[in-house]
Amino acid sequence: MLKDVTLGQYFPGDTVVHRLDPRTKLILVIVYIVALFCAKSYVSYAVVAAFLILCMCLSRIRLRVIVKGLKPLLLIIVLTGLLNMFYTPGRELVHFWIFTITWEGLRNAVFMISRIVMLIFGTFLLTYTTSPIALTDAMELLMSPLKRIKVPVHELSMMMCIALRFIPTLISETDKIISAQKARGADFESGNLIRRAKALIPILVPLFISAFRRADELAVAMESRCYHGGKGRTRMKQLRMAGRDYLALAFGILLLAAVIVLRKLGL
Amino acid sequence: MLLETRGLSHTYSAGTPFERTAIEHIDLGIDSGEFLGIIGHTGSGKSTLIQHFNALLKPTAGQVLFEGKDVWSDPAFTRALRFQVGLVFQYPEHQLFEETVYRDIAFGPKNMGLSEEEIHERVYEAAGFVGVPERLLESSPFELSGGQKRRIAIAGVIAMRPKILILDEPTAGLDPAGRESILQNLRDYREKCGAAIVMVSHSMEEIAASVERIVVMNHGRIQMDGSPREVFSRSAELTEIGLDVPQVTQVFARLRDLGLELDPGVYTVEAAASALLALRGGRHA
Repeated sequence: MLKDVTLGQYFPGDTVVHRLDPRTKLILVIVYIVALFCAKSYVSYAVVAAFLILCMCLSRIRLRVIVKGLKPLLLIIVLTGLLNMFYTPGRELVHFWIFTITWEGLRNAVFMISRIVMLIFGTFLLTYTTSPIALTDAMELLMSPLKRIKVPVHELSMMMCIALRFIPTLISETDKIISAQKARGADFESGNLIRRAKALIPILVPLFISAFRRADELAVAMESRCYHGGKGRTRMKQLRMAGRDYLALAFGILLLAAVIVLRKLGL
Repeated sequence: MLLETRGLSHTYSAGTPFERTAIEHIDLGIDSGEFLGIIGHTGSGKSTLIQHFNALLKPTAGQVLFEGKDVWSDPAFTRALRFQVGLVFQYPEHQLFEETVYRDIAFGPKNMGLSEEEIHERVYEAAGFVGVPERLLESSPFELSGGQKRRIAIAGVIAMRPKILILDEPTAGLDPAGRESILQNLRDYREKCGAAIVMVSHSMEEIAASVERIVVMNHGRIQMDGSPREVFSRSAELTEIGLDVPQVTQVFARLRDLGLELDPGVYTVEAAASALLALRGGRHA
C-alpha cells in the first residue's frame, strides 16, 4: 500500500555514509551532480558510476530498495530514452515506417537514461542515509551567509523540516482514511475517470481537515514552548566536521577534477 | 462459526529494514451474536488482527473464513464481506467527509446499492441506535462536538447492518459519561439486532462491564481466551504483560494475600459486594 512508498524516506543505519556530516553529504551530492552533467564520454560516465557504486556499497542500502524508488519515474525515463533515440539526426542504424534510429540517437539515449538514473540514485542515497532533520540543519547552516542579505533562511529551513516531517504522518493518515472508507464499501478501483475522481472525495476531505488540525496543534505546541524564530536560537546537536568529512570532500573534488580533465582531453 | 481465523500471520514491510511481524499464528473463532473483547497493550497486534476480519489486510500466512468461506476467495465476495463485517476504526470521527450528517451515515448503505427508501430507513434506524437526535441529521458533521461526531461515525457503520460489528477503542478520548453512554448504545444494538460485537480496548474496566468473552493479545499472539471470570482470575499474569486489572479485582487479590478466602475471578463491584457480604454472613454463623 502507500506505506511502501520509499521516495525520500530515511533508512536508519550506522555506516560511514550515515555518520558523515550532513553538510558534507549535501556538498558531495551537489559536486556529484555537477560532475554527472560535465561527463560527456563513456570513460567519464564510468568514473562517476564507480563513485556512485562505491558510495552505495559503503551505505549498505539494499539495491532492491533503491531500484524500487525508481518505479514512479519509470515513464519519464523511458520517454526520455525514446525521444532521444528517434529525434537525433546522424548515421542511420535502423529504419522502419516513419521512424529512424541513428547511432548518435542510441548513444544519446543511453547517456540520458544513465544520467537520469544516476541522478536519482545519488539523491536517493542522500535522503536514505540522512534524516530529514539533519538535512534541513545542514541546509540552514550552508545557506546562513544569505541571512546577511535578509533571506529568511531559518524560516525556510523550518518550513521544509516540518513539511518533510509530516510526509510520513500524512501518508499513514491517508492509509487509515482509505481503509476506513473501504470498510464502508468505498470503491476506488472501478468506474470511469470521473467516477474514480469522485471516489477520492471521501479521502481528500478528511485528509485536508486532519492536515489543518495538525498544523493548528503544532502551531500551538510551538508557541507554548516560546518558539519565536531563529534569532538567538541554539542547537541541541552541534554539527562538527570530522576527519572522514574532509576525506570525503577531497574525494568528491577529485571526482569533479577527473571528469573535467577527461572532458578537456576529449575522452 | 461466523468468523474464523486459521494460522493467521501478518508481517509489515517484508524485505525492508522496517520489517515487523505484527501477528503470528492466530486461531480465533467468533460465533454469531457473541460479545467479544480483545485486549492488549499498544503494539500487541490488536488493530492488525481486526483489519483482517473484513479483508482490509491480506494475511501473510493463514486464512480468514467468513461463514466458512475464505474472505479472499473472490473479489466480489471480499467487497460484499465488508458490509457484513462492519469495522469502526479508532477515532472514526476523523473520517467524516459529507456535507450533512444524514449523507455521511448514508455513505455505506449507498455503496451497497440500496434503494433511496431503504437507505432512508437505515439512516434513521442507525441514528436512533447511537442516540443522535433527528434534528441533527441535516446539520454539518463538522459543527458537532467530538462525542456526537463519534456517534455519527459509528452510525455510518451500523447503517450497513453488519452481522459483526468491530470497534477499535470506541471510547478513546471520551469523558466517563459519554463512554458509558456509547457502551450502553452498543449493548442495546446487540440485543435488538443480534449482531456479534467485537470490541478492542486496552481498558479492562470497560471491557469487563460489557463482554462475555475476552481475548488477551501479547506480542502478536493470543495469550488468554476465556470468560471475564477466567481471564481476571489470572490477574498476576495480566499485570506481568503490562495490562491493568479492574480495581476491584486488585483489591480482592490483596485481600486474598492477607488470608481471606475470596473468589479470584471477581471483576465487578456488585459481585464483590455480594462476595464480601457472604463472607461476613459466614463468620457470623
